[in-house]
Amino acid sequence: MTGFGLYIHWPFCAAKCPYCDFNSHVRPVIDETGWCDAIRTEMAHVAALQGDARPVVETIFFGGGTPSLTHGVSIAKILEQARRLWPWANDVEITLEANPASADASRFADYRAAGINRISLGIQALNDADLKFLGRLHNLAEAKAALALAQKTFDRVSLDLIYARPNQSVAAWKNELAEALAFDTSHLSLYQLTIEEKTRFATLYREGKFAIPDEDLAAALYEATQEITAAAGLPAYEVSNHARPGEEARHNLLYWRYGAYAGFGPGAHGRLELGGKRFASACERVPERWRERVARDGHGFVEWNEIAPADAAREHLLMNLRLVEGLDLGDYEKRWGTAPSPARIADLTSSGLVAFDGTRLRVTPAGMLVLNAVIAALID
Amino acid sequence: MTDLAHIRNFSIVAHIDHGKSTLADRLIQFTGGLTTREMKDQVLDNMEIERERGITIKAQTVRLEYKAKNGETYTLNLMDTPGHVDFAYEVSRCLAACEGALLVVDASQGVEAQTLANVYQAIDMNLEIVPVLNKVDLPAAEPDRVKQQIEDVIGIDASDAIAISAKTGLNIEAVLEGVVTRLPAPKGKIGAPLKALLIDSWYDAYLGVVVLVRVIDGELNKGQKIRMMASGAAYQVERVGYFTPKQVLTDNLGPGEVGFITAQIKEVADTHIGDTITDDKKPADEALPGFKPAQQVVFCGLFPVDAAQFEDLRSALSRLHLNDASFTYEMETSAALGFGFRCGFLGLLHLEIIEERLEREFNLELIATAPSVIYRIHMTDGEVIELHNPADMPEVTKIEKIEEPWIRATVMVPDDYLGAVLKLCQDRRGEQIELTYAGNRAMVIYRLPLNEVVFDFYDRLKSVSRGYASFDYHLEGYHEGDLVKMSILVNEEPVDALSMIVNRQRAESRGRGMCEKLKDLIPRHLFKIPIQAAIGGKVIARETISALRKDVTAKCYGGDITRKRKLLDKQKEGKKKMRQFGKVDIPQEAFIAALKMDQD
Ligand SMILES: Nc1nc2c(ncn2[C@@H]2O[C@H](COP(=O)(O)OP(=O)(O)OP(=O)(O)O)[C@@H](O)[C@H]2O)c(=O)[nH]1
Ligand SMILES: C[S@@+](CC[C@H](N)C(=O)[O-])C[C@H]1O[C@@H](n2cnc3c(N)ncnc32)[C@H](O)[C@@H]1O
Ligand code: SF4
Ligand SMILES: [Mg+2]
Repeated sequence: MTGFGLYIHWPFCAAKCPYCDFNSHVRPVIDETGWCDAIRTEMAHVAALQGDARPVVETIFFGGGTPSLTHGVSIAKILEQARRLWPWANDVEITLEANPASADASRFADYRAAGINRISLGIQALNDADLKFLGRLHNLAEAKAALALAQKTFDRVSLDLIYARPNQSVAAWKNELAEALAFDTSHLSLYQLTIEEKTRFATLYREGKFAIPDEDLAAALYEATQEITAAAGLPAYEVSNHARPGEEARHNLLYWRYGAYAGFGPGAHGRLELGGKRFASACERVPERWRERVARDGHGFVEWNEIAPADAAREHLLMNLRLVEGLDLGDYEKRWGTAPSPARIADLTSSGLVAFDGTRLRVTPAGMLVLNAVIAALID
Repeated sequence: MTDLAHIRNFSIVAHIDHGKSTLADRLIQFTGGLTTREMKDQVLDNMEIERERGITIKAQTVRLEYKAKNGETYTLNLMDTPGHVDFAYEVSRCLAACEGALLVVDASQGVEAQTLANVYQAIDMNLEIVPVLNKVDLPAAEPDRVKQQIEDVIGIDASDAIAISAKTGLNIEAVLEGVVTRLPAPKGKIGAPLKALLIDSWYDAYLGVVVLVRVIDGELNKGQKIRMMASGAAYQVERVGYFTPKQVLTDNLGPGEVGFITAQIKEVADTHIGDTITDDKKPADEALPGFKPAQQVVFCGLFPVDAAQFEDLRSALSRLHLNDASFTYEMETSAALGFGFRCGFLGLLHLEIIEERLEREFNLELIATAPSVIYRIHMTDGEVIELHNPADMPEVTKIEKIEEPWIRATVMVPDDYLGAVLKLCQDRRGEQIELTYAGNRAMVIYRLPLNEVVFDFYDRLKSVSRGYASFDYHLEGYHEGDLVKMSILVNEEPVDALSMIVNRQRAESRGRGMCEKLKDLIPRHLFKIPIQAAIGGKVIARETISALRKDVTAKCYGGDITRKRKLLDKQKEGKKKMRQFGKVDIPQEAFIAALKMDQD
């Protein structure tokens, strides 16, 4: 249908960034082999659940945390297990998230040898002051070096930036974005800084230690981003993701098109299709507890539930409308037996927030700015 | 049965929070009604809502046995009363059953508006009054100054006022001695036909309807056939008893005694507060004067948030009414809110309490509409209509005039805030009647239209005086007013539940205030929403809620889906707490909150 992908979560980082609410942990020593073996064990568990009906793997994603803290051998061992357990498509996309601070030439070469064919590099800002504010371990020079290395080693490179930072003007961001585009990567992830609960930034923000752009400025920054990237030939294909046509992150497209994927490692989530039903899996978040579980049960799942079609339908809608390509309503209704009410669609259409061409329902650029409310209105 | 000379019946009266219930605690404890282990703060405030808010709502009666310094043992019936003005009728019933009152005054605050209101009631009823200066443990206490103030403002002798701390227990015995030596014993004839005052009644899960009585003449015995003189109904007395505060059963109550009976009475509504209970076969010649029934002055609509809960609301109201007959309810329909009830309350606190009890004890979610008073509408054809609900306002052309209720309000306030209080009263169309001073405290008497007071006058008064002003009022009468119906339109559609009757001169500022409030209360939508206040077809105020500008989650990948879906589901739940008007969702609390004026 929409393909099948594997997500592998590496839950460790060299330091915790103050804005980050991902499942990432700092540990003085990491028994890399032990963790890899545990991931391999969990992979076998999912494959066993799928039995004979093992889908063809189309994409693999090493995310984190900081998977670039691992060595090529670990990646190779995990990929070897994936090959053993599932049939593979001809052109499997295999992405690894890398931090500039842990990038070195031999490591990148090993990743490539292990099978990685796409790198997503977390640069976050293109000036030292902001990198420091964001708590990053690298400076701009190191980021540029890491990027050059990545581009030399891999055909497909994406970079991440966080914008709408404190005191960032539209003009300053436009300049920074132009610099980013000058690196000529085929993919960009551009996220507006979000103050996530239970992060250090949440506390500092609450205490008034810094302010972030208000709604109007945030909207202006967003609009400028759309314009500039489109003009440069990397239009948005998702809320925060931009690519040269054909260079979209296929693994992430799978999430947004609500395809099937298995998630391995601490805190990883999965959505699996078994016997015509859809299941959600979630792994224990705390790395050590996850490992104990794997040692004991062969997997670290703390959740394994069938998703009711009504819930799945809402998940599908909320993911798929993030994509500029929108949602094929006929397919959607066939798949879930439900569809957003035509009255609501008409309402939102008249407000210029969505467009329906008889097949696909798309959120317009104006609608993307208020996507959460558009989704809420359609689901209601 | 206790002989008359050894009985003392007294109420504890005071301004709100001056320590009546805490004094009751000490008196109960001192006389051994409860052990230290059984004791808790304000033990007589036994309703959950009383304990939470720290106020007394329902008066309570307790019998104490006190061995006085003269060696004799006395039976004391103590009545703890509420201080809040909404429950003033509870005070008057208690006073009618007593010969004396302890007037408690907080020695750090001095005489306040309800001190006056309550003590004057007691004086009017010819009760003997013993002033008690409470909270002398506080560093800010000024017992001498407050004594002087009692003499100056109230005009009673305070030279023998008893200085106590109900909190620490200082001088509690002096209070009991004061009760015994300074308050008169009740009078009454044991041989005469039974005559007892029905002070109160309530529903108890175990006992059924319980009736609190004060025997004036004759005896009330277990098994006796009694008759209620006003209602005419006859019953057989099943149980006779009193509270210590524990419930104690006995065989009879004699003249001067206070206690309870049960008599297989079906509903609280079958009993009439102030009725005279007599013997069925040997009735008294003449009934006691009785009381004016408690009067509902504030009306509002209560609607279930979930329309399917209408029947639940009906049954909850009828069950709550079994226990508190002081509110009224009748069905109403609203174009905006569907089926609900128009309810009448003794005041705003009473409204709030009933609403909260309905929500809590019966698990309902309610929308309360703008509180309103009763208007008298004189129609051109001579008919007079009592209007409880602005939505029912007849066509303007058929109205000759509209009258509205006015109150007489007493405000006590320190000099420093007098200006602000006078301005507030003036802005609310008040007419000053009197302004006097006692030391650095001013006492102002104003006539005010009730509809200007009903909603947030008390909040405003507290805020302009930093909490130092106190306020009491009673209904004075109806006067013609220049009144109009103001409608509120949200996204061009009138919302009937937000319409109100206002004075024409005040309409614009009220309308502006409402529109501004609604602008803050209604969440932004995907489109802009005009909010207007209008009289007839004429818009007098307008605000616009701008459309949402940016609301989009930046990152959303495979791990976020469950969380995002749950967030959406929660939002949807939250939306259930809103009412839809056309395309606009209005949160339930907006209906009341819209009326609060930040300033005049
Ligand atoms: N410091 C001090 N505080 C006291 C004293 N007596 C009562 N209080 C406090 O004053 C507050 C009000 O006391 P209550 O006994 O509930 O007052 P009340 O007059 O019964 O109040 P209402 O029934 O609501 O009118 C409580 O917080 C008491 O603890 C006292 O003698 N000294
Ligand atoms: C899994 S994270 C990071 C991967 C890698 N560990 C790194 O930091 O470079 C993926 C991306 O999400 C973005 N991100 C994380 N937290 C964010 C936040 N609070 N606001 C905006 N973007 C955020 C960052 O751009 C980050 O690179
Ligand atoms: S390095 Fe990446 S995953 Fe780790 S804390 Fe920072 S942003 Fe989060
Ligand atoms: Mg009390």
